[in-house]
Amino acid sequence: MAVHRRSYTAYSGALTPAWSRFLVLFRHSRRSLFRSRFQTGLFVACFFYPVVCLCLIYLAHNLSFLEKLGSPTQFIAINNKFFFYLVYVQGVLAFILTALSGPGLISPDLANGAMPLYFCRPFSRAQYVTGKGSVLVILLSQITWIPGLVLFGIQASLAGVNWARENLWIAGSLLVSSLLWIVILSLLAMAVSAWVKWRIVAGALLLAVMFFGAGLAQAINTVLQTQSGHFFNMPYLMSTIWDALFMVDKEQAISAGAASIGLLVYCAVCFLLLMRKIRAYEVVA
Amino acid sequence: MAKVGAGIDERTPAPSPAPEPSVVELQGLTVRFGAREILSGLTASLRGRAVGLLGPNGAGKSTLINTLLGFYPSTGCARVFGHDIKTETKEIRRLVGYMPENDAFISKMSAVTFVQMMGELSGLPAACALERAHEALFFVGLSEARYRELGTYSLGMKQLAKLAQAIVHGPQLLILDEPTNGLDPNARQRMIRMIKEIRETRAMRIILCSHLLRDVEDTCDEVLILKRGRIAHYSNLHEERKANRRFLELQVYGANGDFTEAVERLGCECAVNGDRMKMVLAEGVETRDIFQLAAERQVRIRRMNFRRDTLEDIFLKAMEN
Repeated sequence: MAVHRRSYTAYSGALTPAWSRFLVLFRHSRRSLFRSRFQTGLFVACFFYPVVCLCLIYLAHNLSFLEKLGSPTQFIAINNKFFFYLVYVQGVLAFILTALSGPGLISPDLANGAMPLYFCRPFSRAQYVTGKGSVLVILLSQITWIPGLVLFGIQASLAGVNWARENLWIAGSLLVSSLLWIVILSLLAMAVSAWVKWRIVAGALLLAVMFFGAGLAQAINTVLQTQSGHFFNMPYLMSTIWDALFMVDKEQAISAGAASIGLLVYCAVCFLLLMRKIRAYEVVA
Repeated sequence: MAKVGAGIDERTPAPSPAPEPSVVELQGLTVRFGAREILSGLTASLRGRAVGLLGPNGAGKSTLINTLLGFYPSTGCARVFGHDIKTETKEIRRLVGYMPENDAFISKMSAVTFVQMMGELSGLPAACALERAHEALFFVGLSEARYRELGTYSLGMKQLAKLAQAIVHGPQLLILDEPTNGLDPNARQRMIRMIKEIRETRAMRIILCSHLLRDVEDTCDEVLILKRGRIAHYSNLHEERKANRRFLELQVYGANGDFTEAVERLGCECAVNGDRMKMVLAEGVETRDIFQLAAERQVRIRRMNFRRDTLEDIFLKAMEN
């Protein structure tokens, strides 16, 4: 119909498959995310450390060049610790990126009453959460496990098949540890975004959950002379699991299994909080 | 009370030529929020091309709409185009376009992107949704402002954008919850004109929820009046108007008891209040007989109206009952 006719006609064409509709939300949310230059700049800055790692891998395999410079060759050991530090640094950056981009995902929809517009369509709450969550999951994947695996691949290609075979578990650890952190951050960011309508407050709350949790954990441990306070410290729980996954020798107050259960509880709570808010209208009994 | 003359009523929608299949069927539909019963055993079959949901604030109009869309849990049975609201929610949502009552938009998004996204979420392919978003925004009169962010829109423009997103995917049923809320008279007229136009295209059925009687009277051919979560009245406005065509209201000068008696002798019921008379014409009696009686007794009829029940009358009666 020509737009100038200004009359209404019904749509009678083919429809897209129902399962793919969460991608609509992903596409539009991601586009609005990268409208901010600061956000885009930060995203690009997140690739600085992987580039440094790439240079280190290159240097480690070009020892003659290093020797010419008179540098010690031993300090660049491409092993589990090398990838552990990569995950650690990228994990911190992932958290910063989440604190900036996560709160803007759901809170504007709630503040502007957009939920009924989504759910009066053949579009479920699960699809909404998947659509919004996939923005963070893909964004954080791009700065964590994807560059990590690329670096692992480059190292494997330079070090040979034997190295790759012996250290394949590092790739698995890298993938699992990053995905765990991404899922936790995404759920936490979405839950906070769903409960706090103001974007800035939501961002601040996300930071508070992390840092206040660490402070609370320390206080509990000191006052009660226990180690159970660590369960309130989400980054500590995560680093305990990372240490175990990368087989880094560090003394940890709680076991990796206990830390996993703790994080699972956090995920469940975030998910419940999220589903409590993601609905067309709130029912007040 | 507004009275409309015996001539053509411009506000009366044209009657439907054939009975329409049922849009919504309710069988004992009950909605409870905790201990509070919001809707109590509603039973009705809404068949009109445009059905008005009327009722005072808190009567349950919006709750009924939200329940039909599957937003609230309910007991009893309700069907939209034959689809059960509990088991076939997705199918119903595919067929429905909904314009919510409150502010509902996505900030930092232009109107055209917003309507396109809503079209895509309803299942339209991206290119097609974009094309239809432009069409819908042209149709509602937001063509010039379609690239502006929704956050910068006035209330009236936001209402139009909400209407555009409700019709972009070509629904079979358009549910409008207080569409004229907060609009100035011109914007209200424009909105009513558009709703009428949509109704006239016969492309979709309409359920209009409002507490403004005039809006419903202007656009709907059926009305369901709710009161405290119960159906207070359900009627076809056109049929009601036809049924009341034997009610006359007269303003007469020089009338005395003789004229009234003469009218009553024709079999008409008559009530006099000063120079005003209300009467129900008996079978076979026409207005010319009344004029003749008046002429014989030198009574001057200054005004004669067919008095029909306005929606306000119907509404007030329903509320009294």
